[in-house]
Amino acid sequence: MASAKTLAANRVQVSAVAARKRLLRMHFDSKVGHIGGNLSALDAMLHLHADVMIDDDLFVLSKGHSAGALYISLWASGRLDETELASFHQDGTRLAGHPIAGWHAGIRFATGSLGHGLGLASGVALAKRLKAEAGTVYCLLSDGECQEGSIWEGVIFARHQNLANLVILVDANGQQGFGSTTEVASLEPLADKFRGFGLAVAEIDGHSVAALDGALATRGDGPLVVVLRTVKGRGVSFMENRMEWHYLPLTQALLDQALAELGPSA
Amino acid sequence: MRNAFCAAMINLQAKRDILFLTGDLGFMALEPLQAAMGGRFINAGVAEQNMVSVAAGAASQGLQCWTYSIAPFIYGRPFEQIRNDVCLHDVDVKMVANGGGYGYGVMGATHHAIEDYGVMCALQNMRVHVPAFADDLAPIVGRMEADPHPAYLRLGRCEKPKDFALPDYAPWRCLLPGGQGVLVVVGPGAGGLLAQMATRAEADRPALWVSTELPFRADALPVDLLSAIAASGAVFVLEEHVANGGAGQMLALLLMQHGVHPRHFGHFHAKGYLSGRYGSQAFHRVENGIDPASVLSEIAARMMA
Repeated sequence: MASAKTLAANRVQVSAVAARKRLLRMHFDSKVGHIGGNLSALDAMLHLHADVMIDDDLFVLSKGHSAGALYISLWASGRLDETELASFHQDGTRLAGHPIAGWHAGIRFATGSLGHGLGLASGVALAKRLKAEAGTVYCLLSDGECQEGSIWEGVIFARHQNLANLVILVDANGQQGFGSTTEVASLEPLADKFRGFGLAVAEIDGHSVAALDGALATRGDGPLVVVLRTVKGRGVSFMENRMEWHYLPLTQALLDQALAELGPSA
Repeated sequence: MRNAFCAAMINLQAKRDILFLTGDLGFMALEPLQAAMGGRFINAGVAEQNMVSVAAGAASQGLQCWTYSIAPFIYGRPFEQIRNDVCLHDVDVKMVANGGGYGYGVMGATHHAIEDYGVMCALQNMRVHVPAFADDLAPIVGRMEADPHPAYLRLGRCEKPKDFALPDYAPWRCLLPGGQGVLVVVGPGAGGLLAQMATRAEADRPALWVSTELPFRADALPVDLLSAIAASGAVFVLEEHVANGGAGQMLALLLMQHGVHPRHFGHFHAKGYLSGRYGSQAFHRVENGIDPASVLSEIAARMMA
């Protein structure tokens, strides 16, 4: 997947484990939650930014509450420096709890209210096609976000317009704000919902970069949906599949435990 | 005004690359534009939220986007998309709203838009355009095109008397001089007033001004307007919009900031659905006291008091 134009040409050599640890430290330093959904999305986001995307590509984080994983992915791919990263969630920062736009080419849109990213991404993809511009638009949704009606408006549009330069990824970690997705408003089998709208769908282990590469290789003449089966809080035993880690900040003891569990960074 | 808008857009798309998105509306009006634009004219379906987000995304890629629907469906349904995707990003997206005010008449309250531009004016980076006459559409579309920021265009039905010669377009225009204070009108209601006022003696009518851009800018209020209000000591505002967030409130604030304190201030505005009964646009105007006869009668009474 890598090419001479890979965005990560200046990539610092950051492993997935090191990225996870940096994300945890960042959230600990800022006493900020939303960790679980960041850890579920991080592997795919990191791989896209570091190994897949090229200059003309764009990533749209529709699940804006995973801003931390976006910042870490930009940092790991050499597009955000340590000083900026250290400002996360502080007064005067540009790294807010949900992305703000207008200052970084890798953060085109301010998101956080769910259900907006797909339409925005479709608009970019449509404009690229109309203007004969290269590049793929990757848009990451959450499974809970798929309860927003605007998502399905976007799915209809993307399919009808045959936006072949659009890849829709869904971080299906099975948890949402106040319960599991199956308890609250189940859309399972989620992949079939997208197939029902006529979209090509791949359903994969969302923590496997090889599986993601394989799914992206199946892109055809319309938009592709990749349902990432993930684990909320992935990599930290006391967070995994626990809804409360949508909200809770880390204590020093829990941070130490998490870092120990993650093991060596190399 | 739809035909004038369509003609203006046909001219616009001929000179620059734009994208036009409609929420499945425009039958018997936009077909010529559709034919002219080909693949740049997209029916986005009955999905206004997505339509506005798509427009914002495309605009972020450097493509000026125009979106179109019936007024309540283009400002109300996708409000958060306008706020977040368009205005927060300050992208070049225009929302075109057909049938402002009570324009859809007996079609019912869901099709009316009597709170629209107050809501839009509250958003960052937004300019609102409310043409008074069909002739305004060409210059207004030109102004919107030239300003690469969000804009809202409220269309209505042109009511201009056929024999009235409009002055050249400007966001503030004096249409008639008068001796009963100053009446500022926002929207096509100015046409009906012209029909009744033009035959009256100057002393028996207010001066008639129309304004077409909101929110009013303090530095854009014409000196002649301020002078006329100060001299007559009376100003009235007519709009087919509720009082809150409307032009009357905006003008009152700016007059205070300019140190102009007229003895009389009257605000003729939409109040909703007072009787619970529905009818034509004219029916609702009468019920709300914003029809020409009611307005002129009330102004005369106040000036004689």
